[in-house]
Parts: sequence; C-alpha cells; structure tokens
Amino acid sequence: MTLESTSFPIIRTVGIDGMLVSFGDRLSEPANRAALAFRAEVEHAGWDGVEESSSSLVSCYLRFDPLYLTHETLEAELRALIQSRDWLQAELPHGRRLHRIPTVYGGALAPQLGEAAAAAGMSEAEALASLSTARVRVTALGFAPGQPYLGELPERWNIPRQQALTPQVPKGALVLAIRQFVIFSVTAPTGWRHVGQTAAPLFRLGHERPFLLAPGDEVAFPPVSEEVFANLAGDPEGGATWEALS
Amino acid sequence: MSRALIVHRAGPALTLQDAGRPGWITYGLSRGGAMDRLALAEGEALLGRRGAVALEMGGMGGQFEATEEMRIALTGAPMRATLDGAPLLWHASHLLPKGARLEIGPATSGAYGYLHVGGGFAEPEILHAQSAHLTANLGAPVAAGTRLAVAPDRGGETGRKLAAENRFAGGTLRVVESLQTAFFPPEQRARFGREGFTRDNRANRMGVKVVPDGAGYGVEGGLSVVSEVISPGDIQITGDGAPFVLLAECQTTGGYPRLGTVIPADLPRIAQAPAGARLSFRFVSLPEALAAEAAYRRQIAELPRKVVPVVRDPADVPDLLSHKLVSGFSSGDHHDH
Repeated sequence: MTLESTSFPIIRTVGIDGMLVSFGDRLSEPANRAALAFRAEVEHAGWDGVEESSSSLVSCYLRFDPLYLTHETLEAELRALIQSRDWLQAELPHGRRLHRIPTVYGGALAPQLGEAAAAAGMSEAEALASLSTARVRVTALGFAPGQPYLGELPERWNIPRQQALTPQVPKGALVLAIRQFVIFSVTAPTGWRHVGQTAAPLFRLGHERPFLLAPGDEVAFPPVSEEVFANLAGDPEGGATWEALS
Repeated sequence: MSRALIVHRAGPALTLQDAGRPGWITYGLSRGGAMDRLALAEGEALLGRRGAVALEMGGMGGQFEATEEMRIALTGAPMRATLDGAPLLWHASHLLPKGARLEIGPATSGAYGYLHVGGGFAEPEILHAQSAHLTANLGAPVAAGTRLAVAPDRGGETGRKLAAENRFAGGTLRVVESLQTAFFPPEQRARFGREGFTRDNRANRMGVKVVPDGAGYGVEGGLSVVSEVISPGDIQITGDGAPFVLLAECQTTGGYPRLGTVIPADLPRIAQAPAGARLSFRFVSLPEALAAEAAYRRQIAELPRKVVPVVRDPADVPDLLSHKLVSGFSSGDHHDH
C-alpha cells in the first residue's frame, strides 16, 4: 500500500500479519491522542483473531492471524471504526496514570542543563522552573523496553539534537530534544541533552505491572536536591509515585 | 540430585530459547524467541512433546553432561556432535546416559543449532517465557559451569531422525511489500528482487546485514520518516545503503525506511544463512505470501509424521571408521539432508 493518498487516517499492511492505522506522517498532539484512543477501542472491540495491538507516536498497530481473520474482514472493521468518529477530536482513553518521578536537574548528575537552557534561550534557573513544572504524555515506548518518549514540552524547547553523540548517559538519564523527553532505561550513547537524572526503575521484574509507564500515561518530574536523590537509591520505586487519571 | 544438564564448556552464543514473549510491543519489548522457529518445531516432533524450549547455539555448541539419563534431540544448523567420542547424527533424537560427555562443536553449515531435552528445560520464566532477550537485557547467555534445570520426562523413543529442510546455506527469500516500500524508487525495488546479496559478518539476534552486489539502497530524504512499528523480517536500510534484515530481537519501532518484509516461512532461512552465504529476494503478492504461510504451517503440523527410526543404513554412516553403536542405535552423519 502507498502513501499516495495523504488524507489521514490511512491503513497499511505490515508484513503478512499486521495492519497499521496512521493518523499523521509526523508527531503531533492530536495524532498521538487519536492513536491512543483508537487503540483503546481496538482493545475494547476484542476482535477474534487479533493477537496484539500497540500504539506508537501517530499510529495504532494490530497483529493478527491472517489465516483465521482475513485482511479484507479486518480492513472493513477498521474502516468502520475509523468512520465512527473524528479521531483527531477524540478524548484520551481511561485507565491512564499520572506519575511523579523525582529528578535532579543539572550539576554533576545531569551536566547538560545549562547547555540545553542556552539552546532554548533561557537561564539555567528558568530552564529548571520550566522543565520541573511541565507535565508530559508518554507518546510511545520503544528503542529499549519500557523506555518512554514524552511530549510535548513548551515550544521554546524545540531545540535540535546536538551534533556529536554523548558517548554514554547513565540509566535513568532524562534527556531532551525537539520538545520531547526520553528517560534512558539502559546506559547508552545519545545525541539528546542530559538535563536531569532519575532513579525510578522503568522495568520491575516480578511486579504486577512490569513496565512502570504505559502509552498515554502522563509524567511530571519534580525537582529534588542531590542529597534527597542519594537517598532514593535505596527506594525500589526510586521515589516515583502515581495516581489514577479520571 | 536434581535433574539437570550441566554445561561444562559453552560457545559464545548459547541461550535458552522458546517462542518468545508476544504481547509487549506497546511497551517497547519485541517478541524475541528462537531465531529458527522451524528447528524448535523439529525438536518437538523428535521428542514427541509440545511447548519447546531449547538451548540455542550460535556458531558452535559446547560440552554437556546429564545428571541423570535423558532424551535429547539435535536440530537446526548441523554441528559436529559426539557422545563419549562417538559421532552423533544431527536432526535426530538420542539417549544421553548419566555422566556421558556430549560434545557439540562448530556448525558445518547454517548458523544456529538447537539442543532439546526430554521434559524440556525448566529455568525460571521472565514475563512467561524462558528465552533470553539479550537486547532487552532479559536473561543472559548460558555460560560454562551453569546447571540448567530439566523438567521430568514422560518418556518416549529415541534413535529417531527427521529429514530437515536444507535452509542452512542461504537461497531465495520471499518478501512482501510493507509500510514504506512505496517510498523507494521503482528502479531500486526492481533491482532488489533481481540482484544477489552476500550475508555479511555482522549478524546477531537483532538481525543480519546483507551486502548487495551492486549499489546501495536508500530513499530520497532518507531519515525523515516518522518512527513506526517494526516486525521481524523487515528489511531496514541504514546509512551505508546495505539492507539489514531484522530478526527475533529487533526493536519495536524505528525511523529508518524499510524496503519490505521477509515472510515468516523464510525467516529460518535468513536466520540460518552463515556469513558469506549467497542470498536473493523475490517480491511476492500478499495472496501468494498467505498461501506460503498456510503451506509452512502444514509443514510444521506434519513434522511428527516425518519422524522415522534411525536404521543402520550406510547412508547414515559417512565416517565408517568411527562407526559404532551408541546406546543401542547407530551413530551417524552430519550430512543427513
């Protein structure tokens, strides 16, 4: 299938056992919200033969058994669901959580806060105030298991990735570029700027909810001192708390 | 003493593998599991059991000992195997007596061999699967000195073999168009289905790089596509223009453009292609791919009926000098197919 028709939403096949419903060709808040809402409806519909669904930045993916549920049948179901409402106006699904993850900004633990602030045309104090009061949404998880993309930050944070890669940021690094945060779930190289450091484990083996964050959840990163942060190391939740969003 | 397989020596890429962990894509965790799913099914057929979990051996095996007598099966890439020095037939089941030394050397063709045990491995599960997902940091390679717990075996026959499909030397891979195929120029799509490729040295459980005979591939504007879901078999084009076929431990989303997707029935063939193997790709229509999928599932369902006793047939005995009886049946050959 092709993208010749640029009128979204579009349906495309993924391999022989997948279909993708996309609500845009670049990340935007309405397209992400539509993907989340659409996936919630797909899960609710529980179509026989659909084995898994997921949402990513702007799309909802379905994996199905194509010898049991034909492409034609599934595509017809998806078209009907697409036409049932204006998905770009849809409300976010229920069952989401608001997480608060304590974060150290700047200093030795997060050395690029000043650099990011300069790129955004702010002082370091303004940057801290802006980032620590922002509330962002998990737009997608990927790259590594449980690793969230979080957006969107205020327009002033539309700063590019740095030219050179930082050879390594530690697990728990809160990094920033193009109005988005990522929390690294593993030690990794990155072109995003390391502005904060968190201690909350994103994957918890044996936990009833092994991945801390789900697509659509919201997250705030309240500031803590390095002294308070040092004590979080002994906390299995890394100081993170959550509440249900209605 | 608990029932276990002791690993005395371990090759560099030994992991427990099963069908993986479906259902976590939305959290960024790909399904993982055995690189050659057909080899898992062959092991199930040889041992007459369901729910395979096997020791996957990349490139070479190791040295093993059972704490009590157990059945084993050897599938996937044929490797040089001996039991207390006597050659063992690959694509076959055997009895591993308590205390005997099972040596599994390098692959003679293909990339991943599989060692199955009667009763199955019984190591702790992580998210409902025993398989190691190295990219996701779930589980770890099996190292020398490990004792792998083995569940009780209801018993069954040994000394049985299976004529395995030869998928261990490259060949043609069927591909369907996928999400981003249409972004590539028609010339490239046509050339992709026509020219030859060589499997590069760079390969792991995430995927396999293949080097085209001709020029590299790529789309105009390259890296600007929005990140979208990745499925195993996707053929990703990265910066250097060489296709990378993504496999069991692929990431769940990615922003590099993808030319198409190798169909599931041909994933064992690409996973098993050794470094230097010659490969080609052929675009097939979706109906053709679905027919291939149906045939592949029939092939798997029919495996138990394809299992036959090993007989003392000269064809099973390539190395007459080392021919001797092991546990009541003839030893045999590494070139059964």
